[in-house]
Amino acid sequence: MIKNHQNLKPENLHRDPTWRHRVSISLLIILTIYPLLTATQFKPWALFDYQSAQATWQFLASFVPPKTSLEFLVELAKAAWLTIAIATCGMFMSLLLAIPLALIITNHFSISSLGKSRMAYFPFWVRQFLRWVLVILRSIPELVFALLIVRIVGLGPTAGVLAIMLAYTGMLAKVYAEILESSDRHCSNTLLKNGVSRLHTFLYSALPQCGPELVSYTIYRWECAIRSASVMGMVGAGGLGQYLDGSIKMMAGGAMSTGNEVSTILLVFVLLVACADYVSSWLRKSLE
Amino acid sequence: MSMFDYSLDHVSVGLNSDLNKLVLKDISIEIKQGEQIAVIGKSGAGKTTFLETLALANMPISGQLKVLGYFPWRLSDLARHKLRSSLFLTPQHPPLPPRQRVITSVLSGCLPQWSLWKALCSLFYPKDSAHAFAALKPFVIEDKIFTRVDRLSGGERQRVSLARMLASNAKILLVDEPLSALDPALSNMVLNAILQEAKKRNATLICSLHQTELACSVFPRIIGMLDGKILFDLPKVEVTQDLIALLYQQTPAQDDTAFAGFDISQPKLPQLDGNLC
Repeated sequence: MIKNHQNLKPENLHRDPTWRHRVSISLLIILTIYPLLTATQFKPWALFDYQSAQATWQFLASFVPPKTSLEFLVELAKAAWLTIAIATCGMFMSLLLAIPLALIITNHFSISSLGKSRMAYFPFWVRQFLRWVLVILRSIPELVFALLIVRIVGLGPTAGVLAIMLAYTGMLAKVYAEILESSDRHCSNTLLKNGVSRLHTFLYSALPQCGPELVSYTIYRWECAIRSASVMGMVGAGGLGQYLDGSIKMMAGGAMSTGNEVSTILLVFVLLVACADYVSSWLRKSLE
Repeated sequence: MSMFDYSLDHVSVGLNSDLNKLVLKDISIEIKQGEQIAVIGKSGAGKTTFLETLALANMPISGQLKVLGYFPWRLSDLARHKLRSSLFLTPQHPPLPPRQRVITSVLSGCLPQWSLWKALCSLFYPKDSAHAFAALKPFVIEDKIFTRVDRLSGGERQRVSLARMLASNAKILLVDEPLSALDPALSNMVLNAILQEAKKRNATLICSLHQTELACSVFPRIIGMLDGKILFDLPKVEVTQDLIALLYQQTPAQDDTAFAGFDISQPKLPQLDGNLC
């Protein structure tokens, strides 16, 4: 959109009319980053002075060798399985909530605004209200949810499932709605103009356009859910995190007889995320 | 039921309901059931907005619009949406999702009559593929029925989007430049298929076109639009060369057309002579 036509005199036509805008945005970014860096006392060179380098080295050296007793590994495998179960159940529950919410809050299938400049008041406020609810759900980290829910339902994986469900509903619904809104309006508007209802329009216009994107984002989120489920055990919500919590405390206490438990658990983390990554890239490829 | 499918009384339509940017100015017109009308005029004359207004996709700023005996903009949102299912607007650019298959795109024309369950089932296994086949056949594109839309050429997509109209059971067919991506030979065939279908189901057909000669030879009634107004509304025998020349004349640049040098209507002009059939 070019607003002022005076700039479009023949002698100005070869000049990009938006370059000033671009330069000032870049300057603005630099000006905001600087005070943020000073506020966080960001001094990476402190890592390299002799004392802290030595401390870092000792800390890292204590990670070797990882504990590999069979008994411990079996226990960890069980915990890893529990972590995957928590993540998958939480994701499934949040999908059940997020899909209908995304369909409601997206402006894409508004029938009341068809042919008019604005939508009717009731649907507008329903959408607005649900968006606020989602903002609240998103603003609370899943770890905090887990901490709160553990107090209600007690220690165990149920708290983890509920925490992931609540936090991920907010994220999934918002991003789903955004993906739907980025789809080509022409297709869905044409269907709406021909008297098709919103859910039908979603199935026959937006879904074929954004289906792969929606699935790909869901798989990425499942990967993230596995990571959060691993950490959530630290606040008592079951899974690998519970072991990590205990092992870190032991490590601080210096009780290291048969290898380091923390590094074994971290290796299992890496293995889990790598597997999730492999599965998701395989699924994405099969979608094309 | 009134005897008119449409009656427009001093209807004006603005861009995004903006009073200062009128696209249609003071349109008064009546259209009987079963009529076949061509709308001709330069690019930017308001043909598309006119069709969208008739399709209830644009609310008039002023004036009375009556469709099938109803005043649609006095109805509730839901009742108006129900009314839309007896009209069918085919836009100039084919509204087909790239990854969709032709059969699904064509069957989308039946969606207003389908329950959600049927629509969902049809995504897994197409319901009524014979219906889709019959809609594709007049446009000689039935062999592409199970092809994905993004594997089709521009002309094929345009015909698929017209086949969707045939698959619907609408009583009023609004078609925006159905020939814009077709060669002259195909143009004749496609236009005939549309006209025949409209006659067969006794539907009202309103079609915007750039091929004036073709329009004047097959449509009984011709509406000429210029700058958002109706310049003439005549039976085809009364449309003279002078009227057509008047319709396509270069109007003096207005203050909101700062891009007069890039006026998209200009490249279209030679097409007029090229597509005479």
